[in-house]
Amino acid sequence: MSETRINLEQVQHVARLARLELTEDEERHLQADLSSILTYIDKLNQLDTSAVEPTAQVGDVGTPMREDEVTNRPDPDAMLQNAPAQRRHLVVVPKIIE
Amino acid sequence: MSDLFRLTIAEARDQLARREISAVELTRSCLDRIADLERRLNAFITVCPREAMEQAEAADARLAKGAAPALCGIPLAIKDIYLTRGLRTTCASKILGNFVAPYDGTVIAKLRAAGAVFVGKANMDEFAMGSSSENSAFGPTRNPYDLRRVAGGSSGGSAAAVAADECIASLGTDTGGSIREPASFCGVVGIKPTYSRVSRFGVIAFASSLDQVGPFTKTVRDAAILLRDLAGKDTHDSTCSARPVPNYEAALTGDIKGLRIGVPREYFVSGMDREVEDAVRAALTHMKGLGAKLVEISLPHSEYAIATYYILATAEASANLARYDGIRYGLRVEADNNIDLYNRTRARGFGAEVKRRIMLGTFALSSGYYDAYYLKAQKVRTLIRQDFEKAFTQCDIIATPVAPTTAFNLGEKINDPLQMYLSDIFTISVNMAGLPGMSVPCGYDSKGMPIGLQIIGAPFSEETMLRAGDAYEGSGAIKRQRPPL
Repeated sequence: MSETRINLEQVQHVARLARLELTEDEERHLQADLSSILTYIDKLNQLDTSAVEPTAQVGDVGTPMREDEVTNRPDPDAMLQNAPAQRRHLVVVPKIIE
Repeated sequence: MSDLFRLTIAEARDQLARREISAVELTRSCLDRIADLERRLNAFITVCPREAMEQAEAADARLAKGAAPALCGIPLAIKDIYLTRGLRTTCASKILGNFVAPYDGTVIAKLRAAGAVFVGKANMDEFAMGSSSENSAFGPTRNPYDLRRVAGGSSGGSAAAVAADECIASLGTDTGGSIREPASFCGVVGIKPTYSRVSRFGVIAFASSLDQVGPFTKTVRDAAILLRDLAGKDTHDSTCSARPVPNYEAALTGDIKGLRIGVPREYFVSGMDREVEDAVRAALTHMKGLGAKLVEISLPHSEYAIATYYILATAEASANLARYDGIRYGLRVEADNNIDLYNRTRARGFGAEVKRRIMLGTFALSSGYYDAYYLKAQKVRTLIRQDFEKAFTQCDIIATPVAPTTAFNLGEKINDPLQMYLSDIFTISVNMAGLPGMSVPCGYDSKGMPIGLQIIGAPFSEETMLRAGDAYEGSGAIKRQRPPL
């Protein structure tokens, strides 16, 4: 049954991993939505993929390399123009370590 | 009010070159059109008349000297997913509501260098997640053919703006159909090039192995012109192909005699709108009349495409959207510790669909589920790619419907996420295989709503795809109808 495909605890665990604070209402709705989507996704188990290689990339594949040289000019004012709080070219954040 | 806004790129290019019209007049015409329609359409998040007029004046100075690039002076709308230096770039999200881009993305820089004019940033589904543009934090974009219906998504604003002649052409992005579906719903041409054909640098990332940049235009010829300026190598995007870019316009010979068109049996199934199917079949018959050959093919793993996509795309999105944490830019909800700051910023800043996809993607990648979901989906992606590789040994292009229906009503699917996802059925495999795909108008239903024909090519075969679309479009198969605006 799709309602039990993912339980509330799992929803809360995933929300912690995703750094999303959810209301109780949102948790319930997401449990229902994710359950029905995951039930639909289960159809992939109809396929035997034991001998199939995974695709990570399409298009012209490869990892082009370049010299480790700085090719742009630093512009801290531009880069920090959207910072919510800044001081002396530093982004101000809440204390992390007690 | 002058109706210069009705022009195509090809027409405007000629008239600008002959100095029959100026870039300033053309831009003014589009800006007036925007002012007239925007309250009803909501195709734009940001309109930038001052910047547009400055660009138009600079374009006129260049045009006066002669030999200007094809896009010089051409007014474009830009999906609000592209970083445009100095302009607000929101991705239709509250979390970037006041973000001003500190640099131009590569295709934006290329268009600026060519002298193009940007009239505004187009509305979209938040973070490109959606098929209707109803997931925007700035309200939905309405379909110019019927304001009670959606424009499609996620590039709904870009499609509607071109359909309504608010601009001459526009840019969108396509991850699972987000150019082709709105193009179909709004009766314009939309192209998703081969993955890696166009640089993604400066394009806010949704799913990095699926996202692709592409144009919306009024004609296939216009798309060929615009694509040439977008495509090409970029050292800032290591996935971007270094293959030389052909002159796509030169490939439009109008001749498709002997072209083998693959028709996949899995794409003509029950549940599809009858009028959509009839219009697409009529287009295929018409192309046969132009000398093409129809070949029945099979893409056996088609039914698994949506399930595969909604694991891969959401997994990649969960990683790409981790950067929106309230620290360096965007919305910040203050807290006395960093974890609460992240949790509350993201809770407040993201809309429901974005949260849903982040949750799904995070789950698919989490410990204990990675193999069952993400790895499994990557393997099924291989099977889907192989279906197309085999098909292209029997045909030159593949032709299908773009969507199972015409534009649906606002609010109709928004409360049923799975229903919304299923409307991507015909477009999604193309992104997974990395192929080029195009939507070309092929008719209207009995309510006057546009229907699109999808043409899919083998990798880097945009010339063939464009030639087929152009030949069909130019043959008078259908009479294009303007929206009643």
